[in-house]
Amino acid sequence: MGFFDVTSKVLKSIAYPSEMVPSIDTEDDGHHHFDHETEHSGAKLGMWLFLATELLLFGGLFAAYAIYRAKYPDMFQHGSQSLNVVLGTVNTVILIFSSLTVAIAVKAIQENRIKLVKIMLWITIICAAIFAVNKYFEYSYKFNLGIFPGTDIFYSIYFAATGVHMLHVFIGMAVLGVLLRKVYKGKYSKDNYTAIEIGGLYWHLVDLIWIYLFPLLYLVG
Amino acid sequence: MDNHGSYKSLINIWILLMFLTVVTVGAAQFDFGAWNVPIALIIASVKAGVVALHFMHLKHEDGLTWVFASYPLFLLFLLIAFTVTDMFSRVVN
Repeated sequence: MGFFDVTSKVLKSIAYPSEMVPSIDTEDDGHHHFDHETEHSGAKLGMWLFLATELLLFGGLFAAYAIYRAKYPDMFQHGSQSLNVVLGTVNTVILIFSSLTVAIAVKAIQENRIKLVKIMLWITIICAAIFAVNKYFEYSYKFNLGIFPGTDIFYSIYFAATGVHMLHVFIGMAVLGVLLRKVYKGKYSKDNYTAIEIGGLYWHLVDLIWIYLFPLLYLVG
Repeated sequence: MDNHGSYKSLINIWILLMFLTVVTVGAAQFDFGAWNVPIALIIASVKAGVVALHFMHLKHEDGLTWVFASYPLFLLFLLIAFTVTDMFSRVVN
């Protein structure tokens, strides 16, 4: 879809909001409800909006990184080289793989392959747990060396960025765990998979942020 | 409802991402001087684009979703570009 199509669509929706109101099923028991298609795309749009706020949360950290890196290049060089590239790489591979398994889970629920959905969500949660364990080893290794968030500005940014990211990994695990529980209860099918798709979008964001954090913190020294 | 791609294409995307991860780590072994950060950011952005387009299905979404997905990138650009130019154009730091 071209830029002008997008622009005209947005302008139209602002000028004629009533056209955006979805059709109402009148054959029902009198309760107005949106049709599934509209509910599905509305929920997804809401999730993209939420992801926008997440991106800007990390945006502040990236701005701080840009400034202090330019101001103290030697500190960043030294700090970056002190991080464990092997563990960082392993965690990158784990997160990208877990993104794949979530994408497969979304695909599988669209085809009603419930067993495959369960396996894929389990693998994703296990990947998240392995990521967390690796991060625990990284943090405790640094703490044993007497390196803390207050040691210098590089470590402030390192602990803040990876810490906030870690929080997102834990939230993602909780979200995927709730989804998995509901899959076991038979709540989802090829006609009702919006929640899994949205949970998947959240998990992909966790992966996206790490794709930037990994080279900026571990590699560019 | 959207139902695009196949399991095989998802796995191909994953292989591509693994290849790009090797490129990320490989590129860091060389010193490009001032280009170290831009090169790392370009590779990361290619990976992020692949994840967004294929794993997050942005490729198959409508225009409104594209607007929602791209406007924070513009805000992010404003945030970082203006903070950095402000910091380094001050006479007294």
